[in-house]
Amino acid sequence: MSDNTNGETKKEGCVGCGCGGGGGGSLPPVAAQDARRGFMFKFGAGLLGIGGALAAVPIVGYIIGPARSRYRNEWVDLGATTLFPSGQTRFATFLNPIRQPTDGDAAKTACWVRCVETGKFQVFAINCAHLGCPVRWFEQSKLFMCPCHGGVYYQDGSRAAGPPPRGLFEYKWKVEGGKLLIDAGRLPGLEESV
Amino acid sequence: MNRDAIIKLLKQPVQWVEERTGVIAFSAPLLTHHVPRSAKWWYVFGSATLMFFTIQIVTGVCLGTMYAPSASNAWESLRYIDEEIPLGWMLRALHGWSSSAMVVMMAIHMLQVFMHGSFKYPRELNWITGVFLLLTVLALAFTGQVMRWDQDAYWGLGIGAAIVDRVPVFGDQMRALMLGGPIIGGETLNRFFALHVFILPGAAIGLVGIHMTLIMKNGISEMPKPGEIVVPSTYRKEFEERMHKTGVPFFPDAAQRDMVFCGVCLILLVFLAAYYGPFGPGGMPDPTLINTNPRPDYPFMWIFGAVSLLPPASETAIMLISPVIGIAILVAVPFLSNSGERAPSRRPGMMLLAVFVVMAIVALTWEGVTSPWSPVMNGWSALPTPTQFVKGRTPLQMQGAVVFQYAQCRNCHELGGFGGKRGPALDEIATRMSPDQIVRQVQQGGGNMPAFGKNLNSAQMTAIVDFLSTLRPANEPDSTIPGAQLPLPIKSPLTLNEPFTGTGVPAEIATGASSR
Repeated sequence: MSDNTNGETKKEGCVGCGCGGGGGGSLPPVAAQDARRGFMFKFGAGLLGIGGALAAVPIVGYIIGPARSRYRNEWVDLGATTLFPSGQTRFATFLNPIRQPTDGDAAKTACWVRCVETGKFQVFAINCAHLGCPVRWFEQSKLFMCPCHGGVYYQDGSRAAGPPPRGLFEYKWKVEGGKLLIDAGRLPGLEESV
Repeated sequence: MNRDAIIKLLKQPVQWVEERTGVIAFSAPLLTHHVPRSAKWWYVFGSATLMFFTIQIVTGVCLGTMYAPSASNAWESLRYIDEEIPLGWMLRALHGWSSSAMVVMMAIHMLQVFMHGSFKYPRELNWITGVFLLLTVLALAFTGQVMRWDQDAYWGLGIGAAIVDRVPVFGDQMRALMLGGPIIGGETLNRFFALHVFILPGAAIGLVGIHMTLIMKNGISEMPKPGEIVVPSTYRKEFEERMHKTGVPFFPDAAQRDMVFCGVCLILLVFLAAYYGPFGPGGMPDPTLINTNPRPDYPFMWIFGAVSLLPPASETAIMLISPVIGIAILVAVPFLSNSGERAPSRRPGMMLLAVFVVMAIVALTWEGVTSPWSPVMNGWSALPTPTQFVKGRTPLQMQGAVVFQYAQCRNCHELGGFGGKRGPALDEIATRMSPDQIVRQVQQGGGNMPAFGKNLNSAQMTAIVDFLSTLRPANEPDSTIPGAQLPLPIKSPLTLNEPFTGTGVPAEIATGASSR
């Protein structure tokens, strides 16, 4: 096969196929061919570079999109304030306002609502401030306990024991028309409150 | 037709293909390359890892034909594969068990290479590609756990996200990049799906190719012998001469051991998968079902154990920096020592290091499995109070035992060997703490115990302290601190079948203390 190619090269004077060095030597305009090949190579590399960059913009943008997007929390209705009796801490769930069609059950979110006194609330994220596991409320000892690494919090959300570096994350809340609303959406994390 | 004619007839298509592809000319040297005569049973683990990887690809592709990579259906589709698709459960079991086996074989292979000093010249890059293969396989294991899309997967992602979130300045963006958005949801699963079935297997196949090419280029290392030292300037020439003289062809001389070992592994794998079945899926991935006890798969249990034992003040730094340091050290191994002795007996420091690392991982895994730091969530309601701690007690002390359960003390404290291990077992607390000290501890907490002062009224506190003050063996004195009032003798003349272990602390001591 290579013999054939070389034969053709000799006859036709191969241009820019990389095998002309030996075969094309006998033809006169070698220098011109080399110059043309050098230009073609640079031109080709340049075109590829530009094309690659153009294609990379949407690809990279698509991948890092989530890091650039600014998702907004929204006010979420947790139900009538009468669901949360004074002095008690109750479990509440809501559908996350930031959700996609394929989230399924993962769009459901839980929180703990503490009614300090009538009209005054504390709403805690379910996620432990240590590594995000779901904390559980123990009414009798008035403690939140985490099943993962043993983080413990008092009823006001402050850290009681274990590895958490801070107290429970709290949602902003307001009461409108007899309903308790919280400002929810983003998964709470140490760098921010919810 | 005679025999020769048949052979000729069979050879024809082979020759036809060979003439057009050169596949035999290409692959024959791969099979017959010379390996050291001393390469025996220690050398089977790399092949076994590769075999399990092949199983992963085959079973993975099979599962890919049914798995629904969507957060709203993934869990149901796994249940469907397990319960409705013929042999679906077996394919999932094979994939799960083979994944564990691959991690185990890889770890043994790596340990063997480390202990035999096989990473030394000229095989530094064999080791480094191996390190990247290890990371790729662990990443496959983690993303595979996410594919189960059950409660462990959901909260495991939460733990990963919480760690990433601790990165200074860019933590928020990195978490969004990892989760594909601000929450764990549909985009998260699909991201991990792309990693698990496209990116990571692709990377692994490429790395395996490089790893194997390097093995062909550098040869398989001989069994180390004390005194046979690696001198980079002469090693390659001498090694090739030795291979030429005393080496044996990989196929069939060395390959037969690989075949025996891989065969045993494969049979074991099928039996394990058939007997124990698939891994999960566990509970539904509904984050509002919070009565869950998230645990990672075994390859990550040691990390789960480690993060609970870190001191809170420095844990963020340790969590973020230690993986970087760990990987850097692994990559640096062949550069720190790429010549000299290979024999374990001449490298005692390295052997100690290997033993230490293995022991640390085993110990942390054990800690992770037992999780002594986690409260026993139903300890207060589900565990009986052992009879020896209530027998012959006064009504107040019995009341104290009730308060002890009611206040959920048992979630963190053991009595009679049952209960949480977060705090100390209280079977003999009265030998260590006086009633005053107990009151102080319960009221104010401290030493990683929450303060219960606000949650117990004075009557409950009196009862609980009275009860706890009885907890000591009959033959040991109670705690007395110099200058403190000695516990009064038991007032009521009880006759008991067993020696009474209590002190009968009068209520006035406890109340006196609690009202201070």
